[in-house]
Amino acid sequence: MGAQLAARLGAAAVVILGVCTLVFLLLHLVPGDPVEAMLGESARPADQAALRQHLGLDQPLPVQYWNYLAGLLRLDLGQSLINQRPVAAVIAERFPATVQLTLAALALALIIALPLGVLAARHRGGPLDSAAMGFSVLGLAIPNFWLGPVLILVFSLWLGWTPVSGREGWSSLILPTLTLGTGLAALLARMVRASLLEVLHEDYIRTARAKGLSESALLWRHALRNAALPILTLLGLQLGGLLGGAVITETVFSWPGIGSLLVDAIKARDYPVAQGCVLLISLIYVVVNTLTDVLYLWIDPRVQ
Amino acid sequence: MVEQAGAERGVAGPEAGAAGAAGAAGAAGAAGAVLEVRGLRTQLGGAARPVTVVDGIDLRIAPGETLALLGESGCGKSMTALSLMRLLPLGGRIVAGSVCLGGHELLSLPEREMRMLRGGRMAMIFQEPQTSLNPVMRIGAQVAEAVRVHEDMDRTRASAWVADRVQELLRAVGIPDPERRAEDYPHQLSGGMKQRVMIAIALAGNPRLLIADEPTTALDVTIQAQVLQLLKRVQRDTGMAVLLITHDLGVVAETAERLAVMYAGQIVEQASCAEFFAAPAHPYSRKLLESLPTAAKRGGQLAMIPGRVPALDQSFAGCRFAPRCDRVLESCATTEPDWQAVSQDQQVRCLLWRAGPSSGVAAASAQAADVAQPGETAMAPAPASALAPKLGAEPLLRTEGLKVWFPIRRGLFKRVVGHVRAVDGVDLTLNAGETLALVGESGCGKTTAGKGLLRLEQPTGGRVTYGGQDLAQLAPARMRRLRKDLQIIFQDPFASMNPRMLIGDIVGEGLQALGIERQAARRRERVAALLERVGIGAEAMTRYPHEFSGGQRQRICIARALAVEPRVIVCDEPTSALDVSVQAQILNLLKSLQQDFGISYLFITHNIAVVSYLAQQVAVMYLGRLVEQGPVADILGNPRHPYTQALLSAVPSIDPDSGREQVRLSGDMPSPAQPPSGCYFHPRCPVARPECAQAYPEAVHLDAQHQVNCLPEIVGA
Repeated sequence: MGAQLAARLGAAAVVILGVCTLVFLLLHLVPGDPVEAMLGESARPADQAALRQHLGLDQPLPVQYWNYLAGLLRLDLGQSLINQRPVAAVIAERFPATVQLTLAALALALIIALPLGVLAARHRGGPLDSAAMGFSVLGLAIPNFWLGPVLILVFSLWLGWTPVSGREGWSSLILPTLTLGTGLAALLARMVRASLLEVLHEDYIRTARAKGLSESALLWRHALRNAALPILTLLGLQLGGLLGGAVITETVFSWPGIGSLLVDAIKARDYPVAQGCVLLISLIYVVVNTLTDVLYLWIDPRVQ
Repeated sequence: MVEQAGAERGVAGPEAGAAGAAGAAGAAGAAGAVLEVRGLRTQLGGAARPVTVVDGIDLRIAPGETLALLGESGCGKSMTALSLMRLLPLGGRIVAGSVCLGGHELLSLPEREMRMLRGGRMAMIFQEPQTSLNPVMRIGAQVAEAVRVHEDMDRTRASAWVADRVQELLRAVGIPDPERRAEDYPHQLSGGMKQRVMIAIALAGNPRLLIADEPTTALDVTIQAQVLQLLKRVQRDTGMAVLLITHDLGVVAETAERLAVMYAGQIVEQASCAEFFAAPAHPYSRKLLESLPTAAKRGGQLAMIPGRVPALDQSFAGCRFAPRCDRVLESCATTEPDWQAVSQDQQVRCLLWRAGPSSGVAAASAQAADVAQPGETAMAPAPASALAPKLGAEPLLRTEGLKVWFPIRRGLFKRVVGHVRAVDGVDLTLNAGETLALVGESGCGKTTAGKGLLRLEQPTGGRVTYGGQDLAQLAPARMRRLRKDLQIIFQDPFASMNPRMLIGDIVGEGLQALGIERQAARRRERVAALLERVGIGAEAMTRYPHEFSGGQRQRICIARALAVEPRVIVCDEPTSALDVSVQAQILNLLKSLQQDFGISYLFITHNIAVVSYLAQQVAVMYLGRLVEQGPVADILGNPRHPYTQALLSAVPSIDPDSGREQVRLSGDMPSPAQPPSGCYFHPRCPVARPECAQAYPEAVHLDAQHQVNCLPEIVGA
């Protein structure tokens, strides 16, 4: 297992270096002069030159690349163009909000999806199955930019139970969690059901039945762990997306996370911050997927 | 369910009689039958058009007895077993009958109590050991689970007691080093070892009845012999009864005391094995035995059963076998046959026997004239005429030192860290118009050798000489032209045709691709003629593969290979996915094509009976190398290599007094990535000597044709 773990981590390191290089090149892939794009065409040449020097764009490309990588090692992602604060500090300030929302949404999704998917699979074709899958279709079909405002309308404006937006106290977490969590739960419940149904047809389930095991022992001890692999894959992808900031949900609820930071930075043409956000999001994907792979190693002995 | 059963049986008159006859048969264990089944009827599918897969089965098994339930695929034998365990798949239901285990009716038991019996008083093992164990659980835990379910709670609370019991069970089924093995996952075990674990799980509840559903079908013969021997030993030690479900007549003859033959959802004959193999009574049973290939039948065609098994979603007025039966009477179509006693130990459901025992015997002897006696062994030497070597004949195709290695890659940069030596220096000679059988167990490299010879796998080394050229070195364009002469038929007729192509296009594709027949109209004519020749009919051209049965598909695959008029066809296990009666059709076809067109076959198989019927030359492979080769009579009649001897002796025979000495091999075939030193077989060889570990033995020529790779002292040369 050690060698395989090392191989996975090595591969992840290579991907991370590639991601960093791509993000570095992002600035240079902008059509035309990036400085002109940031300041607008009407900017004075002196300001343009100052920004160019500030960003180090007047130096040869290899030197810029080297400085950028060296900066990364010191967690130096440059400074925001808007308020001159270090990008790393801006991101560090926003990241906890995203992590909090992600974990809450994930927990809600699992709490809903696991029992729902298991019930649907056990009562396949029955009314319970239809109801569960009906909920799932609904959850998948309703977009977050509609669900969020409707929840605000009902629970904040009419009932006055929760704050409309922002991040003040636990109660402000409820609505964004519901918005994100139900969508994810709908997707997960489907995956749990499909994956379980497939596993329940396997020969080893028949063996377990022939041993005289009860249906619940069958499910919890034999079926679920085998069904976990495709579920984990989906979960990893979704988790990466959530940790990278749920742009729409964060915007709807003015949730101060990475998603809304990225949107603000792009709107304000704050390139260093946008660059920092993209780098973080990409790294999160790599890390989460690597973690998924490692979990695979742990769950499925055949992969070793 | 029981009341319903009574009603059903009241309607079905013949079944009631059947029960009586069966009762008489089982007189030996009449008082203490472990299992007694009456009028069992099982349906699948929707209520509107139910498929009655089991239709009025009566069975009775005495303690310590082995009853074989024999039948071809789709006859309902597995569904019978699953009905007994009440483990039917979704949509399956028992609609009538009674199942008594040790005097207790099972069909009316609540599921909760049934669960206690399952894996307890009655246990089951399955066909596919590869998929029957949970891949993410350690095997010790899987056995422990069965122990915990069925032992009383006070004991199982002590985990040390459970661990001891698990090791005791693993040891009892012959798993070496059980303490360590219990920590393994299923994928770390070979197929034979997995089946042993399955048996250990089944034994955990001290069953009185073990249902074994094709327990050795997925295993190699030497491993099959080990598992059957284990089952016998366990049965002797525990006195449990065994219901053995199988399609293999040889396995029945070697392990069962009595058997029941199933056809289209019904039992058509019940008998003691001795009586059955001496003289099968039902025309279907007889045909089954006659369709088995043996050396004695080499000169002629094998018996075939025309037509197909009837669909079971209909109601039957007469005998279900009547449309395919060659002894059919006028009344067979309209009268459902009831049970007739042939003798004390043999009952049959056939109208031929209605006028008394002698009537059926007359019918039987009328047939016996053109049929080899079932008593003849598969290993009997073939008639000399068929063996006479074609002296001076130049071999059509020859390999020298053929090697096919596959690299093993590891790590981030996929470095090559070793090789799987699938084929490691094989010399084969295929004469024109002859059949060379390449024999060996799974994983020995025989399929890879066949592919390497056709350059469907690029050989790593060695020469393949055909028509004065080395195929291994030939430029791709010239190799492509030569493909016309060299064709292949695969094992799985279901997977080897493109499901979206019409039969006519599949068969004609080679003619087009190799530019043999460019005109579409002429190509169609040729395809039509080919399909007629393999017995499918030209109208098949505009149909798709899924519309045909397995045997028909294999005929189409043969037509496809024949289309380009090849001189060599590599047949890779072409009948191992087929039932014996269908296998007979394919073997007959292959044989007649060889006579008509002089085609040479390289016949890759693990089935020794097929070899004895079809081949002139035999080469035996073990772990990528040949251990022995020569004419079929020499190899099968006088094997000299210890591996060949063990392989042949492991083949179950229907001949009760073949008197062969069984050479049991221990252990499994090693990995071809790390073959043992010296002779690859020496770690398992019963007569190995110290020098066997030194170097791979040179070929010893016993005569002009028979050679063996073993020490001269051992083979007595």
